[in-house]
Amino acid sequence: MLVVGLDIGSVAAKGVILDKDTMHRAMVPTGWSPRDAGEKLISELLELSGRKREQVDDIVVTGYGRIAIAGAGQAATEIKCHARAVAEIYPAVRTIVDIGGQDSKVIRLNEQGRVIDFAMNDKCAAGTGRFLQVMANALGLDVSELGENEDSDKTVSINSMCTVFAESEIIGLLARGTSKSGIIAGLHQSVGRRVAAMVRRIGISGEVAFTGGVARNPGVRRALQEELGCRLIIPEECQFTGALGAALLGAEQQFN
Amino acid sequence: MTINVEDFTHIRETSLIKIKEAKDGGQKVVGTYCTYCPQEMILAAGAIPVSLCGTSEKPIAAAEEVLPRNLCPLIKSSYGFAATDTCPFFHFSDLIIGETTCDGKKKMFEIMQDIKPVHVMQLPHLHQLDAALKLWITELRRLRSVLETELGVEITEEKLWEAIDKVNRETAAVKAICDLNKGEPVLSGLDLLTVTWSRNFSSDKDRMFSMLKELQEELAASRQAGSAPKPRVLLTGCPVGVGSEKVIRLVEEAGGCIVAMENCSGYKTLELQTDTGLSDPIVALAQKYMSIPCSCMSPNPYRLELLQRMIKEFRADAVVDLTWQACHTYNIEAFEVGKLVRGNGLPYLHLESDYSSSDLETLKIRIEALLEMVA
Repeated sequence: MLVVGLDIGSVAAKGVILDKDTMHRAMVPTGWSPRDAGEKLISELLELSGRKREQVDDIVVTGYGRIAIAGAGQAATEIKCHARAVAEIYPAVRTIVDIGGQDSKVIRLNEQGRVIDFAMNDKCAAGTGRFLQVMANALGLDVSELGENEDSDKTVSINSMCTVFAESEIIGLLARGTSKSGIIAGLHQSVGRRVAAMVRRIGISGEVAFTGGVARNPGVRRALQEELGCRLIIPEECQFTGALGAALLGAEQQFN
Repeated sequence: MTINVEDFTHIRETSLIKIKEAKDGGQKVVGTYCTYCPQEMILAAGAIPVSLCGTSEKPIAAAEEVLPRNLCPLIKSSYGFAATDTCPFFHFSDLIIGETTCDGKKKMFEIMQDIKPVHVMQLPHLHQLDAALKLWITELRRLRSVLETELGVEITEEKLWEAIDKVNRETAAVKAICDLNKGEPVLSGLDLLTVTWSRNFSSDKDRMFSMLKELQEELAASRQAGSAPKPRVLLTGCPVGVGSEKVIRLVEEAGGCIVAMENCSGYKTLELQTDTGLSDPIVALAQKYMSIPCSCMSPNPYRLELLQRMIKEFRADAVVDLTWQACHTYNIEAFEVGKLVRGNGLPYLHLESDYSSSDLETLKIRIEALLEMVA
């Protein structure tokens, strides 16, 4: 059995290749063509695993690019894929928070690991990776540097939910000499609050997992834990959760 | 002779020609926007009641020159069609009837007065209250005299009862078609919408009734069993029309089937019949129209009862609740609807959208995830 799971997100395309006992991961920037990103990812995964395209039994694609490379394999939503992966690794988890490049989601699972409810952010970048990316630019940092540069003892509340207005709010704060580290903590708090409200709408039961690229940011993890008042489980290589779920769905179909 | 859904798509065009001819012959046309408008009264006045456009995105930009952007697209579209004179039915209307259903509509009607005469009925928002029903009866009598004065006619009781019979008969015929979907669906959501929405543009009640009867018989006879079952989705929430059917389209493209619609273009009013056993036709009409379970009613228990029954009778696998942007009453009522649907152990999806295509991708993923929960 050899299956590939692809998660073509708005910022990065992630891939997982699974056979009976080994797993390889690869990631490329999505860029302007989700189709090219998907093809490149498949080649990289095949190279990593030392296998050939014809040996692949199934490809399952998720993420916003799932339709663009529909020819490559069958499509599933990120909601189903994240649920599938988390249920496999952490069977006690009943609530998943996934924050990606352009949306954030909360997913509720039942005992069987099936999705029973979900919520997504509305037509707005607040509470997503994109929000943090725009703010990082305004602060002259890379988005990956935000987590290590916060000072949560000096948190400055950011009031604007809108990405554009929050950016001007930050520029105003910087002009007044407010510390960068306090602003960064405020940004993390803003994302945490926004997402926590969505979590409470769906309700928490059992353990809570935090997946998606933004889960790599320790500042958002801290803020979200504070807002929810509970510990979050972060899967290893959390940005690959969707791709892993896609691969597992493919494997399941091969066995059935 | 056989009839199909396709025939209903031509109703607007053919009826437009007939309305033009009728106008030339001196007949009056009265435009309506909402199911609360007692069309029996217009029929009894010898005028043609016609539904006005408000389900297309086209005139919204023009409407936003006057109305706030953060307003429901249905109100903006309705006003935009009027302001740009691009709805032929509005163009031919001698009088427009509005109702104080929601805040957005009643204030929009005030502005619409500048374009055409608009008569606005004061709709009370409490079902089970004598004072509310009394006010509504008074409002129906006021409408009667407005129509008599504006159109220069007399609305007799005999004509009212005659109109009541026609509308009762048509409502029952539409319901019979919708009810066919309780079994293996004979109509897709888009077909269902085409039939229920198009009938509001017909200028000829007798012709409409025979078309509906024929279609119902045709569909009942042609029913085929055995096709692969699709997830059965019940649609509720704000009104949907041809032009604003994107959610129906997305559900069906994703592999689901909208088996029924509990909204005012669908099933919401179809169980309601005017009681012909009463002595006063105005009172009978008032009772019927006050029963409509629109979210502008507070509280609105009949909508939840109707939904509960529809979930069972149409054997729904999931419920999609559509709120148009800035429709506060349906948006807030979604909380109660969500509780009811989840209480039945069914997946529930609440969507907030407008007439634009900007959110097709984000709607699509939500809808696909909902259908995955059913599978």
